[in-house]
Amino acid sequence: MKHLYGWLLLLPAFLLLSMFTYYPAIATLIDSFFTNKTVIRPQKFAGLDNFAFMLKDEVFITTLKNTFYFALGTVPVSIALALIMALFINQKIYAKGIVRLAYFTPTILPMVAVANIWLFFYAPQIGLINKVLAFFGYGGVNWLGNSNTVLEALMVMTVWKEAGFFMIFYIAALQSLPKELYEAAKIEGASSWTSFWRITFPLLMPTTFFVMINAVLNAFKLVDHLFILTKGGPDNASNLLLYYIYETAFSFFDYSYAATLTVALLTILILLSLFQFSVIEKRVHYK
Amino acid sequence: MKYLQTLATWVLAILWSLPLLYAFWAAFHLESSATHFSLSAPLTLNNFKIALSQAPFFRYMFNTMIMVTMILGVQLVLCTLAAYAFAKFDFYGKNVAFFLVLLQLMIVPEILIMKNYQTLADLGLTDTILGIGLPYMASAFGIFLLRQTFKTIPKELDDAAKIEGCSQMCILWRIYIPLSKPTYLAYALVSISYHWNNFLWPLVVSNSQTVRPLTVGLAIFAAPESGVEWPILSAATLLSVAPLLLAFLLFQRQFVESFLHTGIK
Repeated sequence: MKHLYGWLLLLPAFLLLSMFTYYPAIATLIDSFFTNKTVIRPQKFAGLDNFAFMLKDEVFITTLKNTFYFALGTVPVSIALALIMALFINQKIYAKGIVRLAYFTPTILPMVAVANIWLFFYAPQIGLINKVLAFFGYGGVNWLGNSNTVLEALMVMTVWKEAGFFMIFYIAALQSLPKELYEAAKIEGASSWTSFWRITFPLLMPTTFFVMINAVLNAFKLVDHLFILTKGGPDNASNLLLYYIYETAFSFFDYSYAATLTVALLTILILLSLFQFSVIEKRVHYK
Repeated sequence: MKYLQTLATWVLAILWSLPLLYAFWAAFHLESSATHFSLSAPLTLNNFKIALSQAPFFRYMFNTMIMVTMILGVQLVLCTLAAYAFAKFDFYGKNVAFFLVLLQLMIVPEILIMKNYQTLADLGLTDTILGIGLPYMASAFGIFLLRQTFKTIPKELDDAAKIEGCSQMCILWRIYIPLSKPTYLAYALVSISYHWNNFLWPLVVSNSQTVRPLTVGLAIFAAPESGVEWPILSAATLLSVAPLLLAFLLFQRQFVESFLHTGIK
């Protein structure tokens, strides 16, 4: 009886999960081993052809590199800044609420709106950054139109948006640290620099790992800004994997290749999650 | 040293608020004074008027509100039932079922856009608000969060209610749900801000003015082909974020606490 009851309670949720998570995940995997269906030709088994094509596809290699570069570039900087912000807010300062508000507000804005705002900072002629540079006598740069600067420009914007979110986890963690340790360190004559590296930083490790995993997983899904700012250009210099999947499916209508790319992205996300469960969950537990 | 740190705190705070402050400046000024900062520059609401005449932002706002409310409403019901099953009943395959639910934390619907779009097309639900919401309604995150909360509720309360003749559903309604209010509030705020800001999936699904949420409407409005002037774009951007931003400014503490509550395991 209770078996039936339990499953009945789960039924509605599982129905939707099956439709929009399990079925599409499996169907995508299957599609990645087949050719496209056309009007004159039915779908045909293609073995690993799609994957072989993918590994030779320069755009895929570029987007893969960009995606990792984007993740590795934004995550550590965001986390470091988040920690600095939290330390700033944890001290006794005037108008703490306003400072916290300034740091946190970007995180509740949609990426599309953020991209609109930053568009103006990066614009070639009227852009604010180039105006400041011109004031100091430097020539302007077309930040988003140059393949050497575009990804970095997007990364700066992303750090601006994300750092405040990670900050709140550090603020909470800092407030739970034992005060006695700092008093003891003070008696021993340790500088605040030393007590940061010897006490605060190690004790914040669990928070850092928690934030890091979430930030990395998030970085692989973050593509909204590309629609507004670059469309992946110039010449795929700012293209990211999920955006490439979107393009392949909805602009080029190459379904089986889009499925293959999706399998690649899923594999990366699953490997990252497994890494989280196996390595980090075991190592970082002080409590 | 101490002064230096205070200085750095404020420099960073000013730097961090500049982009948004600048958007405010541009939205309320004429094109000619948008890049010339002078306190005597005349203020104007004209940019908002033009933005509203060129795209139905209030309609988009309405669509977003319907979408967000619909998603949250169904999420609360489905997640409550599933979490109750996981927290309270022992049934065959419970662990496997829970693992399957957690899979959705990794494999979010955005990643499977292509297949999910085909499913919606088969159901005839493309370009509907229900279609935008459907893949998010069974939220693994919500199930997990509520399960954790339900598990902290003492068994004695259950037993006492049973003696009083309360059924399982009555126990859920009278004991579990009221005692989990803070979790519900936290989850609601997170869900609302997530879906208010969500873009990729709504972009793929929506195709008409009566369905499009704010983010998609704003992106179409901002497309370079439309050649909108900067102050008007700023006004449109502010219009799009205004409701959520206002809610955040009013309930700052609840928002931050919710993000914390739901972020930390």
